Amino acid sequence: MRFLVMVKGNDESEAGVLPEPELFEEMGRFNEELVQAGVLLEAAGLLPSGQGGVRLSYSGRDRTVTDGPFTEAKELVAGFWIWQVRSKDEAIAWAKRIPFEGGEVELRRIAEAEDFGEAMSPQVEEQWERLRRQPNVGQ
Amino acid sequence: MASETKQAIEAVCRIEWARLIAGLVPIVRDVGLAEELAQDAVVIALERWPESGVPEKPGAWLMATAKHRAIDLFRRNERLRVKVEELGHALEWQDIDDIDLDAIDHGIDDPLLRLIFVACHPVLSAEARIALTLRLLGGLSTEEIARAFLVPVPTVAQRIVRAKRSLTVARVPFEVPGKSERPERLTSVLDVLYLIFNEGYTATAGDDWIRPSLCEEALRLGRTLAELMPDEPEVHGLVALMEIQASRLRARTGASGEPILLLDQDRSRWDYLLIRRGLAALARARAAGPLGPYTVQAAIAACHAVARTAEETDWEQIVALYDVLNEIAPSPIVALNRAVAVGMAFGPAEALPLVDDLGREPALTAYHLLPSIRGDLLHKLGRRDEARADFERAASLTQNARERAFLLERARACLS
Repeated sequence: MRFLVMVKGNDESEAGVLPEPELFEEMGRFNEELVQAGVLLEAAGLLPSGQGGVRLSYSGRDRTVTDGPFTEAKELVAGFWIWQVRSKDEAIAWAKRIPFEGGEVELRRIAEAEDFGEAMSPQVEEQWERLRRQPNVGQ
Repeated sequence: MASETKQAIEAVCRIEWARLIAGLVPIVRDVGLAEELAQDAVVIALERWPESGVPEKPGAWLMATAKHRAIDLFRRNERLRVKVEELGHALEWQDIDDIDLDAIDHGIDDPLLRLIFVACHPVLSAEARIALTLRLLGGLSTEEIARAFLVPVPTVAQRIVRAKRSLTVARVPFEVPGKSERPERLTSVLDVLYLIFNEGYTATAGDDWIRPSLCEEALRLGRTLAELMPDEPEVHGLVALMEIQASRLRARTGASGEPILLLDQDRSRWDYLLIRRGLAALARARAAGPLGPYTVQAAIAACHAVARTAEETDWEQIVALYDVLNEIAPSPIVALNRAVAVGMAFGPAEALPLVDDLGREPALTAYHLLPSIRGDLLHKLGRRDEARADFERAASLTQNARERAFLLERARACLS
C-alpha cells in the first residue's frame, strides 16, 4: 500500500527559509534509508505559496483563480513523499524516524487497485490462466 | 509514553529484520542460527516495548538483545560452542554493545547484500531460494509465505529448515561472490526476485491480499538491490521491468475481475508514477553496461508504456528488441513473440513464414498458441479456409474450455 506523506507548512517554509545544514544532512540520510528499504517512490519539496502557488475555485461554470501567497501557513503543504509500505504501522514507524524537531506531517493512504480483493468466478480465473500463457500482447 | 500495539512493534521489527540477520551472521557464522536469534530478539521486544516504548534506535536494541541471547546460548550449549570453535571463529564478547548498525558500511560488502546472495545460493532449490528470500529479506512469516504460494504451512517450514541446513552443511560463505562467479550468482538472485514478482502478478484466485503484495515485496527487494549494486545493469533492468509491469496492475482487470489484454487496456488507468520510475531504471540499466535479458524485456515493456494509444505502439522497435533478446537469450517463445511483433509491424505476410518455421520447433508442436497465431495471420490475409483449419487445430490443443469455445467461434467466423 502507498501513503502520501505531507509535510505541513509553517512561517519559515512560507518565507522560503531553508532548513539548517544539519537537518538537510539528516534528511539526506533518512531519504537514503527509505530508498534502500525500497520504500521511497517519490519526494519533493514545494516552494512557498507566494512563488507559483495558485488556487482555483469552481462554481457552476465560473472559475475563480487566486494567486498565492495564502494565509494560514499550517494549512499548506510544504513538501511530500510517496512511500510504499506493507502496512499503516510501517508507515507510522518510518514517519517517526523523520528527523524533524517540530511541525507536523499528515499521512494519507493512496487509493489502490483493490479489485484483487473481490473473489473471482471460476470463469474469470480461467481467463487469467489463459492470459498467463499469452505471448507478447498479454503481458 | 504511549503504549505500543503489537502490530506497531512488529512493523518496527520488520524494518530492522533483514539488517539484523545480516549483522548477526558474521558473528554466529550460521544463517539459521542468526535467524533464530533475530526471532528471539523480536519476541523480547514484543514483551518489553509495550511498556517501555520503542527505543530510539530499535535496530541497535534488537542487535544487542540478539547478541546477549547468543552469549547465553553459547554458554549453555557445549555443542554450539564446539561448532563455533571448529569454524575457528573467536567471539569477542566485550565489543557486543559497541557495534553501531549505522556504521556498517554500505556498498559491495554490505551485509545485506551478502545475505541476499546467500538466500539465493545455487545449492538451494528454486522453491527454497524463494522461501528463504521472503523469510530472511522480506521478513514474511512461514504462514504468510505458505498463503502466498498456496502450499501448506508445514511444507514451507520444512523448506526453510532444510534450506538453512543445506547452507550450513555446504558451508556456504557469507560473502558477495567475487568477480568471476558474480554474473551467474547475480542471475540467480534476479531470477528469484522475478519469480516472486510473477507469483504475485499472475495471482488469480483471490480475496487474499498477500499474493498481489508479492509484487510489492519483489519490487522493494529489487530497489534495495539496485541501491546496493548500482553498477549492475541487469539489476536496474529487472527493476525497470517490474515497475513497468506493476504500472498496469489496475488496468488489466475489468469490473468483474476478468483479464484485459495489454492492447485493450484503458491507458489512463496505468500508474504513471511507476512507469516513470521504470523508465528511469531502464535508462540507468542502459547507461550501466551491455544489454541483458531483463533490460531488453524492460525495453519492450517500455515501448508499450510510452505509447499513448495501442495504435501508436512502435512495433518496429519491439521487433528490433526481440531480435536482441533472441540473440542473448534465445527460446522458441521469444521467437514466437517476435513473430507476433513482426505481424504488427510489417503485416501478416511477413510474419507467416516465421510462424511456419516455428511450427517445426519440437517445443512448440503441441502449443495451441502457435496455430492460434497462425490462424489469425491467415485470417488477416484472407486465406479463410486455412485459417479455419488452424483455429480448429488450436481448439483441439487447448485444455481450456473457454478458450476452446473462443477458438471454435473464430473458426466458424471463417466460413461466413
